[in-house]
Amino acid sequence: MEAIQHKDEDIFDELTLVQAAKKGDLEAFSQLVKRYDRNIFRIAQHITHNEEDAQDVVQEAFLKAYRNLQQFQGNSKFYTWLVRIAVNEALMKLRRRRADKTVSIDEDVETEDGSMPREVADWSPNPEQLYGQSELGDILKKTIQGLPPGFRTVFVLRDVEGMSTEETAEMLGLSVPAVKSRLLRARLQLRERLSKYFKSKRGGDKQP
Amino acid sequence: MKCAEFLKELTDYLDDAISPGVKRELEEHLQWCHDCEVVLNTTQKTIEIYRNNKLYELPETLRVRIHSIIMTKCKGSRQSKKTST
Repeated sequence: MEAIQHKDEDIFDELTLVQAAKKGDLEAFSQLVKRYDRNIFRIAQHITHNEEDAQDVVQEAFLKAYRNLQQFQGNSKFYTWLVRIAVNEALMKLRRRRADKTVSIDEDVETEDGSMPREVADWSPNPEQLYGQSELGDILKKTIQGLPPGFRTVFVLRDVEGMSTEETAEMLGLSVPAVKSRLLRARLQLRERLSKYFKSKRGGDKQP
Repeated sequence: MKCAEFLKELTDYLDDAISPGVKRELEEHLQWCHDCEVVLNTTQKTIEIYRNNKLYELPETLRVRIHSIIMTKCKGSRQSKKTST
């Protein structure tokens, strides 16, 4: 089996690889897969909450991108286009697993309002010192899973993957103000929920 | 400035996408409002903690397997395109 090499990843820029792949260079497309597969998996897993679905999303998104490569105009970055495909695939998976079948990026935006801060205790010591790595991972997963899909997708693209507001808007087919409003509420809701675990307990919590 | 107005600007403030005038107002508010200061600090920590602890890493063995499936299917779709033309 072919070993995946990381060192070659940055030699070619994205556009060169895309142009070569368009001309039928499979190795160039393989480089694009290696460059972005981990990001796509992470995004898909955050949306679907299901490892099997996330693996399928990675496969289907790259395959769809490959088959439609000729339609990719290069007005946006290839990665932006790819994430857009992957998000749609992931939402479709989520819909299939849900009884109501109405999952969308707009879900709960108007009705959901758990964003007003109620918990105003500071966090100290640092949460990373309070919990072990795996316990902390479980808390973070459980907490972000509680957000509506539209909120957690914006948060993941913007704050975890480090995309700009404009890129996130393009990836999700949303306006910039819509991304900002979801991001604010996602951040505040996560903060509120994490406070339950991380808030400092003043007085009375000293170990005997 | 009221707390509600502070909250409305919080995301832009954290992303440093705010005009100097509004920034000054927010910082004045922070000087006397302890609750907003805590909300700001803990929101910042929320972002950092998710950014620093990336959840759901794709295991390398699985990654190699998925990569091989994708490339096999791409090859297949290219060949079927060739034969159909």
